[in-house]
Amino acid sequence: MTATLTSTKAEQPVGRRRWAGPVAKYAVYAGIVVLIVVNAVMSSTFLSLDNLRVQLYQAVPVLIVALGMALVIGTEGIDLSVGGVIALTSAVLPLYLGYGVWVAIALAILAGGVCGAISGSLVAFARVQPIVATLSLMIGLRGLAVIMNGATAKPINDSTLLNLGLTGWFGLPQMAYIGAGLVAVIAFVVRRTTLGRNLVAVGDNASASFLAGLPVRRILLSVYVISGMLAAVAGVLIAGHGAYADPANYGLNYELLAITAVVVGGTPLSGGQIRVIGTVAGTIFMQLVSATLIQNNVKNSYEQMIEAVIICIAVFIARESANR
Amino acid sequence: MSDSSGVVLRLDGVSKSFPGVRALRDVSLELRAGEVHALVGENGAGKSTLIKISTGVYTADEGEVRLLDAPVSFTDPLQAQAAGISTIYQEVNLIPLMSVARNLYLGREPRRFGLVDTARMNRDARARLREFGIDVNPARPLRSLALGAQQMVSIARAVEIDARVVIMDEPTSSLEKREVETLFTVIERLAASGIAILYVSHRMEELYRICDRVTVMRDGQVVGSSAMADIDRLQLVSMMLGRDASDLRQHGSTAFAEGRDVEDDVVLRTQGLNVRHTLEDVSLDIRRGEVVGLGGLLGAGRSETARAIVGALHAESGEVAVNGKRLRRRSPAAAIRAGIAMLPEDRKLDGIVPGLSVRENIVLAALPRLSRMGLVQRSKQDEIVSFFIDRLQIKVSSPAQRVSDLSGGNQQKVLLARWLCLHPKALLLDEPTRGIDVGAKAEVQGLIEELARDGLAVLLISSDLEELIEGSDRIVVLREGKVVDNLTGDAVTDDNLMRALAADPSRSDDAQPAKDSS
Ligand SMILES: Nc1ncnc2c1ncn2[C@@H]1O[C@H](COP(=O)(O)OP(=O)(O)OP(=O)(O)O)[C@@H](O)[C@H]1O
Ligand SMILES: [Mg+2]
Repeated sequence: MTATLTSTKAEQPVGRRRWAGPVAKYAVYAGIVVLIVVNAVMSSTFLSLDNLRVQLYQAVPVLIVALGMALVIGTEGIDLSVGGVIALTSAVLPLYLGYGVWVAIALAILAGGVCGAISGSLVAFARVQPIVATLSLMIGLRGLAVIMNGATAKPINDSTLLNLGLTGWFGLPQMAYIGAGLVAVIAFVVRRTTLGRNLVAVGDNASASFLAGLPVRRILLSVYVISGMLAAVAGVLIAGHGAYADPANYGLNYELLAITAVVVGGTPLSGGQIRVIGTVAGTIFMQLVSATLIQNNVKNSYEQMIEAVIICIAVFIARESANR
Repeated sequence: MSDSSGVVLRLDGVSKSFPGVRALRDVSLELRAGEVHALVGENGAGKSTLIKISTGVYTADEGEVRLLDAPVSFTDPLQAQAAGISTIYQEVNLIPLMSVARNLYLGREPRRFGLVDTARMNRDARARLREFGIDVNPARPLRSLALGAQQMVSIARAVEIDARVVIMDEPTSSLEKREVETLFTVIERLAASGIAILYVSHRMEELYRICDRVTVMRDGQVVGSSAMADIDRLQLVSMMLGRDASDLRQHGSTAFAEGRDVEDDVVLRTQGLNVRHTLEDVSLDIRRGEVVGLGGLLGAGRSETARAIVGALHAESGEVAVNGKRLRRRSPAAAIRAGIAMLPEDRKLDGIVPGLSVRENIVLAALPRLSRMGLVQRSKQDEIVSFFIDRLQIKVSSPAQRVSDLSGGNQQKVLLARWLCLHPKALLLDEPTRGIDVGAKAEVQGLIEELARDGLAVLLISSDLEELIEGSDRIVVLREGKVVDNLTGDAVTDDNLMRALAADPSRSDDAQPAKDSS
């Protein structure tokens, strides 16, 4: 404690842990590069188009859910109902396929929006804590979906839906393009629209936002509706790719996968900031981690433990950089 | 009692840069035992940064801090506290949801069988706070206290710690005259017991009352140091500003509010506002071009009146009308649409959105007007932002700078800009010049006057009586949530106001059922 302050610290910027800021920003990207290199060295098939496609089938739905989750987290909320919404979507789809595939898809997304409106209303108007409001939906929706669909999975044989997961352009599945499009849309919303700016303000200082006349409730409601709709889109893609409607199993753990992607991507859980590109990177990184572990036959239980450690590290880095 | 040998804290050639700003350049300072040392300078001069370096919030790029002649390098404010440097930061730095007692004793709770002895803690806290003139139930969450009372709690906490050095960064900016007096007694007591005190304030008269020496900073450098008795007010101010202060005087507050016609039409009419336990039947008319001061002691309901008018505080009954049109919905958003803007008192809690940039903070309330189809129109936004940065001389490295990196006074100016850029019809200002330096204060007061001349209706709340008296055309006095007096014209004087403010027992015989004493 009695060390002299000397000029050796001259280059030190603001806080004490000066590594935290840049590390939080770039750790994910560095991690992605490292994992790609490691995998490419260990397996000759890793860099093949086939493998890329396999990875995308899993990562794109998570990414789409994570985009909505990032918005919700930006308002200092959380949405645990996304897995339930995915289940509900896969129950809704086969019911309405008879009216045409687009009708069914539209209704599925509408259903997601309604679910979001329910949790959003609970949060915005009834002032239920986000974790409580969406937890009850998470449980309830899956139950509802199973009742609607029956316990056994129903096959889907509509070609438009199946194509979402199968064909595409330049060797990439359609869903990859849908994911990229949604990333662009959400990035635009966050950076350029009043909604984007307002929701960050609400997450950062709700009281100041209220006094500045921001429609705080409407903002919260919209964010959950968007999250619900994006989860429904993911649900449609999952059902199309799986060729079955299986509400009992689809979307399990998606809330955790999405939250992890968002947090690892550098968006703090305390709200007030949203990193869209970071979320993309977070999703890719977590996908690579899981792919690496599977490739090396690491048991599922170990895989989960390793992922847990990564989450802890990510949260720690994010907190340090926020404290400065 | 104090000569050069009694140096307790010494800063030697300290420099500190932030990205884009050199906040401190080769600063040296000596703090002696038993002295009250004033640290003054314009907004952004580097006062708070200097304090944060002394207490381990920041580390210096260069230079040395010595406590009792031993070099120290705190990496954490708690270490500084343990070494005997106790600090009251510019923004209240306590935990809003914890109880008052808990905040007071945080980290030093009395224990019994290893557990916190809550009963004793509350008892001690109550007694301690009474000495500071606050009579509250210490089990209540801190948040439920008015800002001034919270500030007193943080002062009590700082003094409670066994300290050699007590540092106070604008402790009086949200205090009422009476609490300021209490604080001064405490400071005198501390100084007499040999504790060194570093005192930052923009209120000149305070410095002359309690400080022995003064150090003046400008643009991150120390420009002079002197015994308080050897420097007069004008000299001090011109040293701070780096220019002649005589021009400041004439368009400063003295010319304020004189000889201006107040037009007859009422812009903001408030009738019979009732808020449970807080306001009783408050009615208030503000006419075009009029500045109405709202006087009252802490807890009289001044801020609550402003908050109730804009609908931030729910009123059980009462009406608000702008230009004769009654507001049907009552919410800040509706008030803003109707042309009422309110600058809230608590900068940190209700004002600043810390993660956003200066630009985004300024246009926060104006965003609906600056956007088309949900898209922010950047050129319009930038125009407004640069206009106000210029007009209020907000010291920023760029409009994209994070607002939480600005100095306290500059944050206050950002908030002023937020409300001024709405071009309101009625402007409610709750401590508008809080933390703003003397030069800028005159600017802001001049601006308010100018706007009033252009027809704005202003409600002014200030714990600075001088500002209130010189700035207002008339003063409405509140006591315990009721309007008890209305001083107009020549009756707006120091004496009259003091008399009206004091809850004089001679008048308390009328309809005042003994209130609960808790
Ligand atoms: N964390 C930070 N990051 C970047 N710049 C900072 C930071 N803290 C302070 N500054 C800058 O350093 C300068 C000095 O700020 P400081 O808070 O010390 O001023 P001050 O003298 O206390 O002013 P005031 O009277 O307004 O409180 C300002 O220009 C401010 O913008
Ligand atoms: Mg300061």
